[in-house]
Amino acid sequence: MAAALQMAGTLTASSNIVINSDRFRFGSLPRSSAGRKGTILVVKSDGRHTVGFNAGLRGANLITNAVAAKTEASAKTMDSKPGHEVLLFEALREGLEEEMDRDPRVCVMGEDVGHYGGSYKVTKGLADKYGDLRVLDTPIAENSFTGMGIGAAMTGLRPVVEGMNMGFLLLAFNQISNNCGMLHYTSGGQFTIPIVIRGPGGVGRQLGAEHSQRLESYFQSIPGLQMVACSTPYNAKGLMKAAIRSENPVVLFEHVLLYNLKERIPDEDYICCLEEAEMVRPGEHVTILMYSRMRYHVMQAAKTLVNKGYDPEVIDIRSLKPFDLYTIGNSIQKTHRVLIVEECMRTGGIGASLRAAIIDNFWDFLDAPIMCLSSQDVPTPYAGSLEDWTVVQPAQIVAAVEQLCQ
Amino acid sequence: MAVSRLAPSASTLSKLLLHPVSAPPFSRPFSGTAAGDDQTVLTIETSVPFTGHKIDPPSRSVEATPKELLSFFQDMAVMRRMEIAADSLYKSKLIRGFCHLYDGQEAVAVGMEAAITQRDSIITAYRDHCTFLGRGGNLVEAFSELMGRRTGCSKGKGGSMHFYKKEAGFYGGHGIVGAQVPLGCGLAFAQKYFKDETVTFALYGDGAANQGQLFEALNISALWDLPVILVCENNHYGMGTAEWRAAKSAAYYKRGDYVPGLKVDGMDVLAVKQACKFAREHALKNGPIILEMDTYRYHGHSMSDPGSTYRTRDEITGIRQERDPIERVRKLILTHEIASASELKDIEKEIRKKVDEAIAQFKESPMPDPSELFADVYVKGYGVEMQACPGLKLSKSIK
Repeated sequence: MAAALQMAGTLTASSNIVINSDRFRFGSLPRSSAGRKGTILVVKSDGRHTVGFNAGLRGANLITNAVAAKTEASAKTMDSKPGHEVLLFEALREGLEEEMDRDPRVCVMGEDVGHYGGSYKVTKGLADKYGDLRVLDTPIAENSFTGMGIGAAMTGLRPVVEGMNMGFLLLAFNQISNNCGMLHYTSGGQFTIPIVIRGPGGVGRQLGAEHSQRLESYFQSIPGLQMVACSTPYNAKGLMKAAIRSENPVVLFEHVLLYNLKERIPDEDYICCLEEAEMVRPGEHVTILMYSRMRYHVMQAAKTLVNKGYDPEVIDIRSLKPFDLYTIGNSIQKTHRVLIVEECMRTGGIGASLRAAIIDNFWDFLDAPIMCLSSQDVPTPYAGSLEDWTVVQPAQIVAAVEQLCQ
Repeated sequence: MAVSRLAPSASTLSKLLLHPVSAPPFSRPFSGTAAGDDQTVLTIETSVPFTGHKIDPPSRSVEATPKELLSFFQDMAVMRRMEIAADSLYKSKLIRGFCHLYDGQEAVAVGMEAAITQRDSIITAYRDHCTFLGRGGNLVEAFSELMGRRTGCSKGKGGSMHFYKKEAGFYGGHGIVGAQVPLGCGLAFAQKYFKDETVTFALYGDGAANQGQLFEALNISALWDLPVILVCENNHYGMGTAEWRAAKSAAYYKRGDYVPGLKVDGMDVLAVKQACKFAREHALKNGPIILEMDTYRYHGHSMSDPGSTYRTRDEITGIRQERDPIERVRKLILTHEIASASELKDIEKEIRKKVDEAIAQFKESPMPDPSELFADVYVKGYGVEMQACPGLKLSKSIK
C-alpha cells in the first residue's frame, strides 16, 4: 500500500498548470480587483506550452467578501511583491510550518509524517526542525490517534491530524463524529476542539476502490464540524492556516491528484476565510459550482464553452460545511441557472445537500432545474477507462451547460 | 489476589467476588484519636495485598488521618445518597433517557481524588455522576444536568452521560464505550507536551477493556511515555454479560502485556488511594500503567436494567454486607474512635437532607432557553456567524 501511495504522490495531473494566481483569487480577498489582468501559461506534460488568452475581468460588481473575511488578510496588498512559486504540497507545508512557528501549541500527528516526511511530502523536513514531540509518527491506529488528537485539543493543544488517505479516517469515524464534533456542545461550551483533520481523498490514478473514496459527504452531517476543500496552492496554504487558527474542528480535504500543481503565491502572511467560496471566473449565463479537482475539469470545459459563446460563472465553493450561500446566492441572482459539478457520490453527496440548500433559499431566482453532475455510485474501478467514466469529465460538463442554457 | 481463570458458574463468581475480604479491616489500632484530627497518622492495612504485573506492588499499609477518614465517609455518603435520589427521580420520570448509577463503586472515585490534585485530569465513561462530584462538582449542577435544566454543568444539553468540569480537570462523561480511552491518552500527551508534571486517569469498565482502541492507545502511550493511568473499574459485568463470558482473560491488569499493572480492591478506599498515588508517581517517571479496581455496582447497568437477570440477589446483598465501601470506613472510624455511631448517623441524615433540598430546589429550575438549541454547535471565531437555518437569514440579506 505504501508503494502505491508513493507512486500516486509522484504522479502529476494530466497537465502541469502554471496558474497566474491573480486570476483565481478574487473571492478570497476583500479588495477591489477590477482592472487586474493576467495571462495564462499552460504547460502540458509532453512539454508543449501555449499562452492562454487574457482572461480579463468581467462584471465590475464582484462580491469579493462572502460571509466574512479575516481582517488580517484585508490589510495586505497583493501587488507589492512578486511572490514565489510552489507546488501545492509545498504550499500546505509552508502553511503548516508558518503556523507551527507562530504557535507552539500546533503539532502534527499521523502515519509517516515525521521521519519519512509524509507520504505526500506535506510534512517533509518538519520533524527535523521541530522534533519528535511536535511532529509525531503514529502507529497505524487511526481510531486511537484521532481520539488522542481530540483529547489533546480539549486541553488547548492544536493538533493537525493527518489521515494518509481520507478513506482511512473511516476507522476514526466514531471519534470524529461523537467526540470531535459534539464535545463543544455536550459540554455546554466548556471544551473547544481546535483540531485540523486533513488528508488526501478523491479518485486518483487507478489506485483501486478503497484508496479512491470520495467521502466528503460522510462527514457533512456531523454537527460542530467544518469542512473545507482546497484546490490551488494559494487556497491550500490559506485554508491550512485558517483551519489551524480556527477554534472549531476543521476537516481539510485535499486531493491526491492536485499535489503537484504549481502556482505563484504571495510571500507575505495570508489566510483564506474558511466559510468563503472563491469566484474563479465571473460570468452571466450559468453558475457552475464545484470544488477540489473538479475545478480543473470545469475550467477546461469553460474554455470550450466560451468558444461556443457561453459565459459561465465558475465558483469554487471551497467551504463544504457550511456552504457559502452568500456568494452562491448572489451568483444565482445574476445567472438564474445552476450546475453543480462534484466528485462526490451522487447519493447523499455534497451536491445533493447543496441542491437542497439552493432550492430552499433561492427557488424564486431559478429559471431552470438545478443540474448536478456527480461521480457514479460505484466503487472506483481499477481499469483506467472505467475509472475515467466514474468521475465527471469536461465533455459532460459542456453538454450539461448546453442543456441548461437552452 | 489474582482472579485467575473463572469457572463458568455464576455462584462461583459470586464466591470469588466476596473472597477478597480475607483480613479484618483494621490491624494495629491507634489509641485516642479525635475526630477532625489532622495530625495523627493512622496506619491501616488494606483488605488484601496488591497484585502486580511486571511491577513491584506498593505496601498494603496505608497512612491516613482521622480527618481524611471522616471526609471519605462524608464524600462517599453524599455520592451514595445522590445516586439513590437519582434512582427515585428516574422512576418519577424527572430524569429521562439513560441513567447509569455508581452506587457501590464510590471508593474508586473518592480514593482517586485523595491521591491527586485538580491539576491532574480524569476522564471516564458514562457512569460519571460520582466522579463529577469527586472532582468538585456540586449537587446543584449534577441534578440540574440530570433533569435537563439550564443550571446543569453542561447547560442541560449533555445529560447523564455528559458531565464535564473543565476547570477541575474533569473531562467527562462519554457515551460510547471505550472512546474515552484514546481521549485520555491525548490528555496525557498534552500534559507531557506542556511539561505540566501532571497525569491523566482514564477510566473504563470491564466491558470496554475488550475494545481495540484501548490497546491502540495503550501502545502509543507506551511508545511515547505518556503520563496516563488506565483504570479498569471492573464491576464484573459489561451490561448484562459477566466478565468470564466476554473476556478470554479477565485479568485486566495483565492485559497491558508490556505495560505494568496493579490489581486493587476497589471497595477499599484506602487501597484505591494508595494505588493511585503509586500509579501517579510511576506514570510521571515511566509512562503508562494499568490499575484494575475490583469493584461492584449494586444497581443494574442502567435504570432500564433491573440488574438481577444475570446475577443473583444473594450475590448483591452478600457484597453489600461484606464489602460495602461506606460500611468499611464506618467500621474504621468506629474502631479508631474518631466519631461515634450516632455522630455518623447524624452526618448521614444531614446529607440526606441536603440532597433532598437540592432536588426540591432544582425541580423548580428552568429548562434551557430555545436559543440554546443552536448555541455552542460552533465556536464563534473569525467573525463568522454560524447560521443554523441558512434559509431564514440569508434569503433576507440577498435581496
